[in-house]
Amino acid sequence: MKVVLSHLLRAVPAVVALALGPLPAHAQPAPPPPTLEQRVTALEAYVTNSDPGNALTGVPGPGHNAWMMTSAALVLFMTLPGLALFYGGLVRRKNVLSVLAQCLGIAGLVTILWWAVGYSLVFGTGFGSRFFGGAEYFFLHGVTSAPNTNYAFWVSQNVFAMYQLMFAIITPALIVGAIAERMKFSAVLLFMTLWMLVVYFPLAHMVWGATGLMNGVWNPDAPIRAIDFAGGTVVHMSSGWSALILALLIGPRLGFGKEKMAPHSMVLCMVGTGMLWVGWYGFNAGSAVGADGIAANAFTTTTIATAVAAFTWGMIERIFHGRSSILGFCSGAVGGLVVITPATGFVDTTGAVIIGVFAAAVPYLFVTKVKARFGYDDALDTFGVHAVGGTLGAFLTGLLATGAVNGNLTGGAAVKNGLAALVTHGGLWHEQLKAIAITLLLSVVATAVIGSIVKAVIGLRPTPEVERQGLDLAEHGEEGYIE
Amino acid sequence: MKLILAIIKPFKLEEAKEALSQLGIQGMTVTEVKGFGRQKGHTEIYRGSEYTVDFLPKVKLEVVVADEIVPKVVAAIVKAAKTGKIGDGKVFVVPLDEAVRIRTDERGEAAL
Repeated sequence: MKVVLSHLLRAVPAVVALALGPLPAHAQPAPPPPTLEQRVTALEAYVTNSDPGNALTGVPGPGHNAWMMTSAALVLFMTLPGLALFYGGLVRRKNVLSVLAQCLGIAGLVTILWWAVGYSLVFGTGFGSRFFGGAEYFFLHGVTSAPNTNYAFWVSQNVFAMYQLMFAIITPALIVGAIAERMKFSAVLLFMTLWMLVVYFPLAHMVWGATGLMNGVWNPDAPIRAIDFAGGTVVHMSSGWSALILALLIGPRLGFGKEKMAPHSMVLCMVGTGMLWVGWYGFNAGSAVGADGIAANAFTTTTIATAVAAFTWGMIERIFHGRSSILGFCSGAVGGLVVITPATGFVDTTGAVIIGVFAAAVPYLFVTKVKARFGYDDALDTFGVHAVGGTLGAFLTGLLATGAVNGNLTGGAAVKNGLAALVTHGGLWHEQLKAIAITLLLSVVATAVIGSIVKAVIGLRPTPEVERQGLDLAEHGEEGYIE
Repeated sequence: MKLILAIIKPFKLEEAKEALSQLGIQGMTVTEVKGFGRQKGHTEIYRGSEYTVDFLPKVKLEVVVADEIVPKVVAAIVKAAKTGKIGDGKVFVVPLDEAVRIRTDERGEAAL
């Protein structure tokens, strides 16, 4: 039966041809087959992760594709369940599910936005704009397994789109930390929808889009020659600064500063931290968009900066309080991961150690001293770790980046727009400050406006009774722990 | 008959149980409880936020014994549960009217 069917199916084109008459011949003759030399050059390009020329156009490279699919899964793993558990462990037990629900809800919501318009607005070029991509990939139209050579010669565009989607998911999920335990689920979803459209998509295009305003490495016409390897500005600064503004808009949790609001499970928190660290290899080393030497360098610097930061935070605690805490080690690890993010593919191991030390000391000051001094309720320290760490990382990248580990800093588009000279002769930090200022301004202003709109239209907070009882039961009808 | 109520440090439970078994005590009830006395609570620090925890975990041990061995039982619990540091707990002795073994309907000390 199967055989008969397959014969029939094979006969279909012939039948159609008979019915319609001969198909019109192609207007142009087929190009000549590539020479042996062109074919060998294309294979070499696969090894060096560069342009294969005409011989292998539209063909993804299996190794690079495999690494990027792995990386995409790793970055999703950072949110689900890594970040969800990290944050979930830090809230009180009556709110643990609300945090998980917010992470899951954001994953679904952002995926739909990304499919409909997000990918196109970030990585399209149709508008010819420095601020927005284009409309050509709306609904992922034309996003196939063939590479989009604006971003990668060997990675399928659909894989690239899924990889970048995972970044778009975790960024708004980070904001959840600042407003944990006191924001309505409906308000979270509405705020995040608007925030993605107004902050994330434009900012990601500015930093990573082929025609982006501050894409120093890849846009030969970039007026701001800034660099951001894996998202210090796009992911951490944007989420962190927005988180602070939203936390101020929504106000502190009921009983903040009076009642005990200690984490309900340091075990979950530590498990989540470990998942974040592992997943972050996809985030950082994957940002090379290929399994090449730059990815290898990013893998290495990520490890070193994170380990140094985790250890340093633990030791700072030991010196000042006499004890190293689990939350201290976890905070240090996340701090290290955040601060190395923009630098990871641009610095060497010495730079990574320096970054690791700063990544512990500066966020430590913010979450223990500055927060207490000013009294804002950044519940799980999204601002103290991600905004402060992201800003610090963007700046340190300007001081520590070196062409020795990444040829893209001193060749190609970087030569044309002047980045190469800045990297070689110093002054990159100045461009980084411009990128920091733009990111900060966009995040703060847009969040203030969007947050106020959501507050006016549907309100940000649940009733005091619901907040006292915990969001789990009232908002989701479930309990995290049944006795 | 007396009901002996002992609030002790959780890690001392095994030693107390051993000591009571050696006196021929055949049953007891143990509950995980929280409370504080002169020891007060302790302080936890999370990223610089300090929280005082008032109620500390303790174990409540309940055992009913015949009047004549009460002093021995109390002494055995005190000896087993003592560390000499604040927070060792307390032992209370309460008079008891009646005991019934449900299976056989035996009454009084026969039910113990």
